[in-house]
Amino acid sequence: MNTATVTKPAETGAPVVRRRARSRRHMLGRIGLYALAILITLFMLLPIYLIAVSAFSPQAKIYTFPKALIPHRSDLSTATFSFFIHSTGVPQSVRNSIVVGLGTLLLSTLIGAPAGLALARFFFRGRGAFQLFILSTRAFPGVILAIPLVVTFIRWNLYDKLLGVILVHTAFTLPTTILVMSSIFVSIPRDLEEAALTLGCTPFAAFWRIMLPLSLPGMAAVAIFTFVASWNEVFAATILTVKNRTLPAQVLASLNSSQLPYKFAGGFALVIPSLVFIFFMRRYLFNMWGRVVR
Amino acid sequence: MAEINIQTVRKTFIGSKQPAVNDIDLTVANSEFMVLLGPSGCGKTTLLRMIAGLEYPDSGSILIGGRDVTDLPPRSRGIAMVFQSYAVFPHMTVYDNIAFGLRMHHASKSEISRKVERAADLLQLTPYLKRFSAQLSGGQRQRVAVARAIVMEPSVLLMDEPLSNLDALLRLNFRSELKKLVQEIKTTTIYVTHDQVEALSLGDRIAVMRDGEIVQCGTPMEIYSNPATEFIGGFIGNPPMNFLHGLLQRQNGRARVTVGDHVLEAPTTLAAHDGATVIVGIRAENIQAALQSVPDALAARAEVIEPVGSHMLITAVVGDQRVKVLTRADFPVETNGSLWLQPEWDKLRWFDPETHREIAAK
Ligand SMILES: Nc1ncnc2c1ncn2[C@@H]1O[C@H](COP(=O)(O)OP(=O)(O)O)[C@@H](O)[C@H]1O
Ligand SMILES: [Mg+2]
Repeated sequence: MNTATVTKPAETGAPVVRRRARSRRHMLGRIGLYALAILITLFMLLPIYLIAVSAFSPQAKIYTFPKALIPHRSDLSTATFSFFIHSTGVPQSVRNSIVVGLGTLLLSTLIGAPAGLALARFFFRGRGAFQLFILSTRAFPGVILAIPLVVTFIRWNLYDKLLGVILVHTAFTLPTTILVMSSIFVSIPRDLEEAALTLGCTPFAAFWRIMLPLSLPGMAAVAIFTFVASWNEVFAATILTVKNRTLPAQVLASLNSSQLPYKFAGGFALVIPSLVFIFFMRRYLFNMWGRVVR
Repeated sequence: MAEINIQTVRKTFIGSKQPAVNDIDLTVANSEFMVLLGPSGCGKTTLLRMIAGLEYPDSGSILIGGRDVTDLPPRSRGIAMVFQSYAVFPHMTVYDNIAFGLRMHHASKSEISRKVERAADLLQLTPYLKRFSAQLSGGQRQRVAVARAIVMEPSVLLMDEPLSNLDALLRLNFRSELKKLVQEIKTTTIYVTHDQVEALSLGDRIAVMRDGEIVQCGTPMEIYSNPATEFIGGFIGNPPMNFLHGLLQRQNGRARVTVGDHVLEAPTTLAAHDGATVIVGIRAENIQAALQSVPDALAARAEVIEPVGSHMLITAVVGDQRVKVLTRADFPVETNGSLWLQPEWDKLRWFDPETHREIAAK
């Protein structure tokens, strides 16, 4: 920052001093910004860190506090985690969660992508109203639906079935999926599609060869987001299942009766997919808001 | 290679009162290079997109090579289009971009590689065939867009302001290259631009558009020296045509126009407009300037003097009206110095101040 003042010796003293003062203020501003960013990061990261450390501590050491910042090798063990993994109901609920997550992802994408395309590319009657309607479903509190939903699902023979959970999760994730999909499609210039049409493509071929490949990274991000949302969803999964529990429902159900190691390991298992998602998708997430941040 | 017939085509966009294209008729001959020229928003792109099949006209029909294509999708019209934004596919290499259309038409592998290589060679893209769009400069992207279109050997080539996103030097170079290229491949071409210099230098003919209509269609020289309206005279040429207001009077069967304190001889065919105000149009290079008084010349004062390299551009004041005059570069005039201006009589054009159209033939 100082090189500018050094390389211009002809400059009189006064502006140089003023510029230094300004650059110092600038520096202070940046330091403040970074301090705030670090604080927020710690606020988010610390609990995750503590859960992770506890999940991989030997059972005996879980209760020790304070913990070493960087745990010693002897303090690490997979015993707690493997105890959790092999607890009754857990392996099955992990499997259920994966099935429900993938099912939700599939259904949500199959419905959300065409709906997003319609919103992005076609001007149909009631388009604005449709968009508002999609958003308004997000504002509707799910709790109110709990009892009617259970009753209906029992009647339709969907109660305590993974398919039922998939349907509800799809309903939960669909608004986001549709709106994000439509913003992905909108961001692809119309010209590209039209160029394909003039070069011999049918409208379907133009979508298949141009729109689809270009929207694929974004779609993948949405898909993983959907999976994580389903993986973390507790409320519907808890009220709609008894035996066929997903992982969060299982953890929640056995929370009161379980020991601390189980809770830590369970918490960590629930956090993993979100972490993986953010790690791989952060570029695309930022991209969705208009610019790439590496 | 095909003739294009546009028959009373009209298009009004939903929500707008004025038609974007208002009952346009236009015929482009086989192998002709037709330029659609007009200010931005006059409907050039809309007309081009209707020819491409990307926009559907409200009424009228479009024929390519005698075949009515009005209801055909873009892929069945035998056209290729170069977009203003280039529209190079970002997820494909230059090679795949150029090959895209041929693949869509199920050309054989050997045919594709032969044609792509030839097009790449014509547009000097051979070293970049393996690159992606993001690794190209604006000028190279532009070349890809053109190569991708001509490789199709279309019967009609449509170009929408292909040079408008290039910087000045590239634009100049590519303009002459484009002209050479199109002359070689002899494809019927419609080229849209708002740049009159581009239009004059490229077009076999120019169709000047305004407010969704074609106001004049002719060769560059016709349009330049015989503008049909005051608007065209002012839009084409740099500097634009000069316009002076004057009063027309009949004297002894001859027509005379009084401009300020001076009298200009007008064609006798104008004599019928006795007592009317007329607009006299004259181009800057068709005015002779002198430092000494000349009989029948307009007395003027040199208000601004701008050397433009090859010439000197003088803004002169005649009475209360301003006139641009081009003289040779070493013309020894001084700012605020006196000048005598002598228009070349046969280059005077006459316009009606109400309709802004030309009143009489020469
Ligand atoms: N898709 C569209 N929807 C509504 N109005 C449009 C659309 N495209 C163009 N227009 C309007 O039609 C007129 C002509 O536009 P355009 O053909 O793009 O002009 P040009 O290419 O000559 O600049 C303009 O007034 C423009 O605002
Ligand atoms: Mg345009």
